This record gives sequence, structure tokens and C-alpha cells, in this order.
Amino acid sequence: MRDLFGCGRAMLMATAAVFATACGGGGGEAGGGMEQEAAGEEMASPVDMATAGGIHAMVMFEGMAPEMDAIDMASEPNCAARYTDTPMAEEVVVGGGGGLANVFVYVREGLDAGMSFPTPGGAVVMDQVGCRYVPRVVGVQAGQDLTFRNSDGLPHNINASPSENRGFNISQPVNMDTNRNFPLAEVMVPVRCDVHGWMSAYVGVLDHPFHGVTDMEGGADLGMLPPGDYVVEAWHERYGTQTASVTVTTGETAMVSFSFSEAMAANAVVPMGEPIDPHGPGAHTLAPEAH
Amino acid sequence: MSWLLPDSYSTFGPDVDFLYYAILVVTGVVFVITEALLVYFVIRYRRRDGQKATYIHGSTKAEIIWTAVPFIAVLGLAFISIPSWNMMKNPDSVPADALDYIVNAKQFEWEITYAGADGVTGTADDISTINIMHVPVNQAVNITLRSEDVLHSFFLPEMRVKQDAVPGMDITVWFEATRAGAYPIGCAELCGNLHTTMGGTLNVYEAADFEAWVASQSADADDADDADDQEDQ
Amino acid sequence: MDAHAHAHEMPWIRRYIFSTDHKTIAIQFLLMSLFFLVVGGLLAMMMRWQLGFPSEPMPGGMLLPDEMMAPTPAGAIMLPEFYNSLVTMHGTIMIFFAIMPLLVGVFGNLLIPLQIGADDMAFPRLNMASFWMAFPAGLLMLASFAVEGGAAGAGWTSYAPLSASGEYTGVYLGQQLWLISLTILGFASLAGAVNYITTIINMRAPGMTWFRMPLATWALFITAILILLAIPILAGALIMLLFDQTIGTAFFLPASDGEPLLWQHLFWFFGHPEVYILILPAMGITSDVLANGARKPVFGYHAMVLAIVAIAFLSWIVWGHHMFQSGMNPMLGTTFMITTMVIAVPSAIKVFNWLGTIYKGNIHLHTPMLHALGFVSMFIIGGLSGVFMASTPVDVYIHDTYFIVAHLHYVLFGGSLFAIFAGITFWYPKMFGRLMNEKWGRIHFWLTMILYNIVFWPMHSIGIQGHMRRIYDPTQYEFLQPLQPINQFITMAAFALVAVQVIYALNFIISIWKGKKAGNNPWKANSLEWTVPSPPPHGNFELVPIVYRGPYEYSAPDVEEDYWLQDAPPPSETAAPALEPQPVAD
Repeated sequence: MRDLFGCGRAMLMATAAVFATACGGGGGEAGGGMEQEAAGEEMASPVDMATAGGIHAMVMFEGMAPEMDAIDMASEPNCAARYTDTPMAEEVVVGGGGGLANVFVYVREGLDAGMSFPTPGGAVVMDQVGCRYVPRVVGVQAGQDLTFRNSDGLPHNINASPSENRGFNISQPVNMDTNRNFPLAEVMVPVRCDVHGWMSAYVGVLDHPFHGVTDMEGGADLGMLPPGDYVVEAWHERYGTQTASVTVTTGETAMVSFSFSEAMAANAVVPMGEPIDPHGPGAHTLAPEAH
Repeated sequence: MSWLLPDSYSTFGPDVDFLYYAILVVTGVVFVITEALLVYFVIRYRRRDGQKATYIHGSTKAEIIWTAVPFIAVLGLAFISIPSWNMMKNPDSVPADALDYIVNAKQFEWEITYAGADGVTGTADDISTINIMHVPVNQAVNITLRSEDVLHSFFLPEMRVKQDAVPGMDITVWFEATRAGAYPIGCAELCGNLHTTMGGTLNVYEAADFEAWVASQSADADDADDADDQEDQ
Repeated sequence: MDAHAHAHEMPWIRRYIFSTDHKTIAIQFLLMSLFFLVVGGLLAMMMRWQLGFPSEPMPGGMLLPDEMMAPTPAGAIMLPEFYNSLVTMHGTIMIFFAIMPLLVGVFGNLLIPLQIGADDMAFPRLNMASFWMAFPAGLLMLASFAVEGGAAGAGWTSYAPLSASGEYTGVYLGQQLWLISLTILGFASLAGAVNYITTIINMRAPGMTWFRMPLATWALFITAILILLAIPILAGALIMLLFDQTIGTAFFLPASDGEPLLWQHLFWFFGHPEVYILILPAMGITSDVLANGARKPVFGYHAMVLAIVAIAFLSWIVWGHHMFQSGMNPMLGTTFMITTMVIAVPSAIKVFNWLGTIYKGNIHLHTPMLHALGFVSMFIIGGLSGVFMASTPVDVYIHDTYFIVAHLHYVLFGGSLFAIFAGITFWYPKMFGRLMNEKWGRIHFWLTMILYNIVFWPMHSIGIQGHMRRIYDPTQYEFLQPLQPINQFITMAAFALVAVQVIYALNFIISIWKGKKAGNNPWKANSLEWTVPSPPPHGNFELVPIVYRGPYEYSAPDVEEDYWLQDAPPPSETAAPALEPQPVAD
């Protein structure tokens, strides 16, 4: 909900004329967001389910998972008290089966030009529990609500520094939800809490719903797509990105697999704030955006 | 509702507190006299019908007196303040044997680094903590105060220390605690939405306890270094 | 000067909206700044709620948008960023859109032409333009509450780099609107200042020598000079900060070799003269009202003028005392400590002269007089508490605590605002032709005086205990938790203090129609504005007045009454006046 600026309610506060002007300007973007969502409920997905096929990604970690550092929560005793074991950093999380979790996998290229997708009505939730973000990596569609939830009952702030979208820096002094959205596609948007230096998270924003975040087994479903050839990219906060081509056929689930190893950390390029055009023809010839 | 300062536990305390009470006495006397005269005059010279006020335009003598006396009084207060100010803020006043610390302020944390026994920061025996500062009692500490984003203000109420942290500047702050205990650290300069959470604790230890703390930290110094590496990313 | 003729034939919009008559413009400024006074007061009440009852649902908070208040099952809880906006906007609105226009815009416009015997300002259209820049600037400032990210939240001092980049606060547009609004207001102030200075230098009536001017006009004259010199510095700094925000300059951003302390130097080089812009006119008003109430000449008139000039001069060399803990060279701290201590002297001279003024008077305790006495007693406290901050070692401890908050409110509320109440009540008949109600005026004064002290006196105490200012939730600090009962007490008293202002508002509104008719000179005062009808006609004076004496000839032995109008011919000259009154030239 970007009805923010709650123009209607703000008008109660002061002269209507002033706020009418202000809302007309400042709130225009917000109004647009709402209309889009309202339209989205009526607009059907352009994907014909009768012919669609799926993509399932598997991301494995090769070799010994690096040992994570303990998080020193001494400065926030209320959080430290919630852990029986020492809380460990979550930069690299490898499941028992060797799957690499928290990898953002998404369709980077290959969608038909002119294909556009309704904004999902439901919100994606990023919770703050025990002074950590749960989940640490999420994907949302542009314009889709992202709910930041404070379940800790102590003050957090949420400082998002995107490149394509406008950043925000909001605080949550108590248990509460705050909704925000990103109107433009970019991979990824870093999010951090300035009160607790160890808290960081990432949000992938795309124009389409074909993305997922790997679980402890390393698996992620990218949804049902029209048949065709696609470029899929896997993004990890420490090891950078890998791409793979995949062909989707009707009624089948195409498998795509990636593997990362600790050796990649040294030369990894970890994109932040890269605009993504899923209809684009060329591979990585994205126009450089000045920021 | 007290006009008394809370107890101070640093070598600055007696100076600051003495000056405060000296000013309190001087201003208190002026306050009582002027307010009493005001009330007295209003009552004594209240309206009497059919009578005129006394036609006075002023008095040069009175003007000279009440220009000169306040002038001398405030200059006196200024001059007795100078030595303490120099002691507190002049970098040359820092004792040579002071232990070195770096306090790096950022939204909304104090990163506090003790230089360790070698007195040099950036070496293996550095000890870094967040929001908690550990110092020995009766030992001067020399802090290089920095900020990496906006202005903050490093405030130790019981130590009578306050200094803004300014990005791009290294500012010297020093003090010497005179009693062991745990004292608050505050941020006194508005620094963003959760400015209010930017508090911490100053742990002042007896010399032996401080050594013990240093030893306990050195034991897992490797972990601390790793943590630093991670923060740098 | 064709504006004043045929006033009654002008269309309504020219007479009341786009008027060039200084008296109408004064009333426009009055209504505008009283509106902003109410807004600023309500913002303070929201802050007080949060400080008294941190993170408890605020009554009525559900009416505010989610960007200000967090909805929880129990009710709406104030967000820290909104608290910061409140801190910023309360200070900004009160200083720039309430106190400053009240003192300078209202009394400057109303009094200067009337007190010097002029038909209007030197530049009436510029005067109109001044209001019509100030008012939209205020609306722009208010509108910033409604934009994405909320209103500016870096304090009324907008210290860089917090204010220089939205990354640090999440406030982008709000901060820019703040800068633009104040820049526009700065132009409005400059237009006013040029006008006041020109008018006073060129348009004094015959016989109105410099030392026959009422102290209110003297104070406004010196204030106008301060504005003329100080505002360009502010405007320059604001535009530099706006460029940092918008077009990528880095004057104040250290990441690109900018210098955060430069902002503080520029801001306070403007800001400390600004502090005196906010108090000098109040001192002038108080002097006029005290002499009238005491029925006695102002004690040491020349010393009073010199003290105003001395304060104005010294105000340019004390700005560093706002920056003792900022990282400025400690040697400079010593210098600024000495200049700051010295500026206490002219203030002390004024206080003693006010006491001398009521000494052996025949004191009429009418409402304006009560407020003027309130000003003196509160200014004493505000002035004396300033000495603590001037002493640099003591400032180390009390800087940025509630001690400062108490100090500045004793000067700006206890001082300026009481003088404003005195001035409005005193000159109300000259604006509206009727007197405000005395009984309710006194009730309002006493309730305000008592509640005001209950609110702000304890702030000294919690400041002394180390309570930082501008913190959203004091209970986050364990050592401040014992002070919470005092915070709650202050909050309750502050609500009561605002509530009793309703008395003044009602008295003000009702008296416009129901007040006692005033006549020319209800207070039996001397200066020229009391020689003309209330309200004065367009063009003010039927004949150019001739001034024979100073404005404070109360209880003079030469005349029977205890007042002596400035334009009343001396007894010996009544038969053959040396100067013949001349008709007002068109």
C-alpha cells in the first residue's frame, strides 16, 4: 500500500487547499501504485496454463561449507537472551544435503516482448526475529507489497538502498508491520538495520513472477512459463551470479542446476541494483545506468 | 527537581562541578535580587489614584555601576573557566601514559576499539566491541573519535565528557575515570530516526579486572578479527 | 504615494487581500503567525505525548497516516521519524513562522509608520509582496508533512550531513521543501527589512529625532539591520544545502571532501543574530509597555538604545558558542566564551533599566503591563541560564540536554511570547478599534505564567540529570528512567498550558466585535500612534504630526495629566507654534 501520504487523512490536519496541491504532486506516484494493483486483480496472467511448463532450480555447494562467525549480540541483550546456542552469521547457509540456501534464482531473459504480468495481490513478508531477517533473501514483483514485520518488540530500522528505486529508511519501534514496494525491477536491493550492524537482507525485484529463493535443499520453483528458451540467473550474496539456459516445454518441469564453491568468493562480482529487462534480447549488454 | 548535579566519577568532575556551582551561586544571587525587586516594586509602587509617578529619566551613576559590575562578574566567570576547558579539550593536555582507543560512531552504533598493550590500533591485539567500552580506573584514556556517516555526540554524563563526532575528522577526547562501575554512554546529537537507541555502557574496571578482561578477549581474538573482516564487507 | 487615497473606493480584494496598507498587512501577518503559533503548539503537544508516554498509543493518532503513526492493536504509536519531524517542524514553525513574523511582521508593520508619524511604509507594494511570500512559504512548509518520506527531520538547525542526503534519514522531498520554504521566507524578511530601514531613515515626522523614537521602533530598526545582514547568509547556506541534496554538490558531505562544520558556522553566523532578531523587538515592546504601565519615563533611554546596538553588534561574534562541542578548535572555544560572557552585559543593563523604570512608578497592572512584567521576570531566568552554557566546561556537560531546551524556551516563550502577548493586547485597539477583555486577559496571564513555569522549570532539572534533547524515547536509557515521572508531569502541564490559550484565542476573536470601544488613546500613552483614531484611517495622519518631545514623558511636572503626547505643543508655544502642522502631501 503506497497510499502513504494518506492524503485523505492528512487533509484533516490542515487547510485542504495546501494538501490537495501537495497530494496532487507528491502522492501521484502512490495513487498510480494503487490503480495498478486494482487493475491487477482483474487482469489475467498472460500465461496459458494449458501450454505452460515449469522451471525448477537446484543450487548445490561444492566442498566444505565455510565456517560462519558468531554474531556478538552483547550490545542488544534482549536479542542475545533469545538464543540458547550462539547465533551464527547467515552469509552462507548450506543444508545437510549440500544445497545452498538463500540463492535468488530468476528468469533473466527470454520472455516474449510485450508480455506483462499482473502485480500479485498478496504481500511478501520479511520478518525480524531475534535481530535477524527471516527470510534473509526474498523476491518480489515490481509494485508488489513487501511487508517488513517487527516481531522482536524492540526498535529496528529498515534502511533499503536500491539504485533504480527510491530508497527508504523507516523505523519500527515496537511490534508492527510496515508495507513498502519497489516500482522498478532491480537485482538486488540491499536492506540493513542500522541499530544492529549484523542484520542484513536482500530483495530481488522483477517485472515478472518467475523467481524463487532456494531452501535448505538448494531447490527453488520459478513457476509456470510459456514454452520457450530462457536464461536463468542464480544470485548469491557472497559468490556472485551464474547463468544457465533452459528450455521450457509444455507440461514438463525443466531442471536447471548451479553449483557454487568457496573459491568463487575471491573473484565474485555481486550485482547490486542492476536493472533487469526480461524481454531483452542480448545476454549481458545492459545499458549502464549512471548512479 | 534538583539543581544538584549527579555525582561525577572522572578527574574532570571536580572542575566542571565547581564551575557549575559557582555560576549557580552567582546567577542565583542575581536571580533572587532582581526577581525580589521586581515583585517588591510592583507591590510598593502599585497604582495610587490621584498621584503621579516620580519623574526620573535615569542616572548615569547607576548605569555605570550596573554596566561595570556584571562586566567584571562575567569576565571573572570566563577566566576561571579557561584552565578547565584547556585541560578537557586541548589535545596537548592528554597524559602521555593514556591508553589509546578509537571510537567510531555510525548510525546507530558505537564501534569501540581498544588499541591493546602495544598502544597501536590496527594490530592483532586490538579489541573491538560494539556499544560497550571497557576502561581501567585511575588511568587516562585517549580516544580518537570518528564518525562514518553523520554527526553524533559521544556523551559520558558521569565522566563529564561530551564531544561531537564529525565525519572526516579525528577528534581527540580524553578522560580518567576515578571509580569502578558501569556508566551510561549516550548520543547527544540528533543522528537519524533511531538516534534514541544509540546508547551504550562504559565499564570502568579496577586494574586487575581490566587485565582479566583483556586476557579473556585475547583468547578469542581470532574470532574478533574474523568478525571485523565480515563487517568490512 | 498614491496608494492611500480613496481607500474606501478600492475593491474588497485590494483592501483586505492584496492590500498595501501597512496596518492591513500587519493584521495579515498577525492572523498568519497566530495560525502557525497554534500549529507549532500542537506539534509540541504530540512531542510531549511521546516523551511523557513513550510508545503508548497516542489519542487521535489513528487519524494520522501510517508514515507518522504505527497502527498496532492497542492504537497508533508515534514513529521515531515522525518524532524527528515534529522536533524539526516545531522549532522551524515557531521560530520562522510564528515568533519572527509576530515580532517583525506584525509590530514592524503596525508600529513603525505610526510611531514615526509616516503615512505608510516607504515601499508599500514591496511590503505587500513580503507578506505574499511569507504566507505561501509557510503553507509550503506545512505541505511537507504530506510528501513521501514526511517532513524534514534533521532538527531546526538541519545539521549536515544528516540534512544533506536523504540516505541518512529517508527524508528527501521534505528536507528540500524545508530548504525552499525558508529561502522564500528569507526573501520576504529581506523585503520587510529594506522597507523598515528606509522608512525609519527617511520618513520620520518633523521633530522626530533619532532619540525621540520609541524603543519599540528603535528595536525594530536594529532588528531590520540584523535581518538585512543575516538572512543572506542563511539563504546562501540553504541554497548550498539544497544543491547538496539535489544536484550532487558536496559542500557539506565529507564523503566527497565536503565540510560538515561549514554548515554549522554558516548556520550559526546567521543563527545567533537570529536569536536577537527574536528578542530585540520584544525588548522594545516591553520598554514601551512598562513605561506606560508604570506611568514613568523609561529609565536610561539612551543606555537602552546603546544596549540594543551593543547586543546587535556583539551578536555577530558569539556564534561559536553553539559549537563548543562540535569539534571546533578549543582555542576558538575560549574566544567565543569571552565574547559570549560579554554579551550578557547589555542584557543585564536592560533588565536593570526596566527595574529602574518601575521603581517609584504609579503602576497600573493592566493586562499588557502584566505580560511585560512577565517578560522581564522570565527573561531574567533565560538570560541567567545562558551563563551556564557560556562557561565552556559546564557546557560540555549540559550541551544538547534539556537544560538548553529550558533555556531557549525561557527566552523565546517566557521572553518573546510574553512580550508578544503584551504587544498584541496593548496595540489591539489600534488594530481593531476595541479593547480586549481585561478580566479574561488577567486570568489568561496568570494561568499562562503559572503553567508555563510548571512546564519549563523542571526541564532545567532533568537537563542537569543528563537528559539529552531530541530523543524519541528517554526510557531507552536506563539512567533516564527515574526521570520519567517528571516527563509525565511536564506533559500534563503542557497540555494544560495549551488549553488555557483557548482563553486568549476567544478573547481575541470575541473582542473584535464585542470589545469595549477604545477611542484614540485608551492607555493614555504618548507616542504618535495614540494621536490618531483606532483604527487609523488609510494614510494614518490627517496632518503631518510635529514632534516636540520623546515618547516617555509620563508624569512630567509641566502638565497636569500623567502623560504628554509627543505632538502636543509645549505650553509656552501653544499661542505661537514654531512649526505649523502641514496637510499630508499626496
